[in-house]
Amino acid sequence: MTLEVSDLSITRGGVPVLQGLGFALRPGHALVVRGPNGIGKTTLLRTLAGLQPPLSGRIEGADETIAYAGHSDGIKPTLTVIENLTFWARVFGARSIQPALDAFDLNDLAERHAGNLSAGQKRRLGLSRLLVTGRPIWMLDEPTVSLDVSAVAMFADAVRAHLGQGGSALIATHIDLGLDAEILDVGPFKARPREIEDFDGDFL
Amino acid sequence: MIALLMRDLKLAFRAGGGFGLGLAFFLIVTVLVPFSVGPQSSLLATISPGVLWLGALLACLLSLDRLLALDWEDGSLDLLATAPLPLEAVVTIKALAHWITTGLPLVLAAPVLGVLLNLPQPGFVWLVVSLALGTPALSVIGTFGAALTVGLKRGGLLLSLLVLPLYVPTLIFGAEVARRGAISMETNTPLLMLAGITAGAVALLPFASAAVLRVNLR
Repeated sequence: MTLEVSDLSITRGGVPVLQGLGFALRPGHALVVRGPNGIGKTTLLRTLAGLQPPLSGRIEGADETIAYAGHSDGIKPTLTVIENLTFWARVFGARSIQPALDAFDLNDLAERHAGNLSAGQKRRLGLSRLLVTGRPIWMLDEPTVSLDVSAVAMFADAVRAHLGQGGSALIATHIDLGLDAEILDVGPFKARPREIEDFDGDFL
Repeated sequence: MIALLMRDLKLAFRAGGGFGLGLAFFLIVTVLVPFSVGPQSSLLATISPGVLWLGALLACLLSLDRLLALDWEDGSLDLLATAPLPLEAVVTIKALAHWITTGLPLVLAAPVLGVLLNLPQPGFVWLVVSLALGTPALSVIGTFGAALTVGLKRGGLLLSLLVLPLYVPTLIFGAEVARRGAISMETNTPLLMLAGITAGAVALLPFASAAVLRVNLR
């Protein structure tokens, strides 16, 4: 499933942040979104995931194909690791959660309450949710926050395996994951301020 | 959908889940009323249907601000919105889980507490019937209020103010059923009105809640 975006403009809080953005994300490819803080990377991912409508432009191939992982992991502290993961597996159609536990080395933590996990372990649990969704396009917003070096490698392996199975990934990150990924720098697409029609230049 | 319902029920019964909050509040209100209005049993018999209904309604209101706020805070709501479940189903299941953990215990506890308030004997059946019929509407309306205020810090005050007027019709007809039942009057009219309100709320409000939630998730 190819994700095609053309002439996309997005807003945050009513203010346009990016405009004229276009790219294609083909199966087996990863795209790393780069850009300074506040440029609209999170807003872009949320728009593509369908959480908010774009201001203008076209998004194709995003229907029911995107697994979104934002800043927060959606983990319930009073449920165990297995219960958290099983819940998402059942919501997305029953799949085995074992590959997800293996990929992020969660087997030893399986019976622990998620509230007792460290920040990095929670993040691993949040990312392992992607594997049980079975969705082809992963949309990841700063996925490596609070992960240690070996966990980052674990995550990169999971993404690589996903790409190998014909999936694709759009990742907003500032660190090098060692993936064979194209870079999408959204800086040049920064929305220009709207021109005020009755602006009186002579006044200055 | 069943997975979501089971998860919500599990969360409610685990530590800090809030199950029993409404029930405890209901118990406290009805136990304290005889102390505050005095022990004349004839007076208590007159006001007991109204007091029980009011107590149940406020107990429902008490647990509403947790209904969607917790899921919003930890990001689950974003993930649920991108899941294959339609948002209308999500809010319906949330309302159902709220009813099972809050409304249903109130319905079951009401007759016991009716004894404390000297509820006349024919009134017990009607109290249970009216609460069983009315509390689903309270949960569904409450879910709508929670969807309106999700994302607001300390939205509880606004939520109560928004939801209270919407609760009034349910309270009027629900308490009327219980009152008429207690003095052995005919209860058909208010009962049908109550059923109509509940049926209408259950049929329409999930769509409104989902629409509001979509806007609030932006």
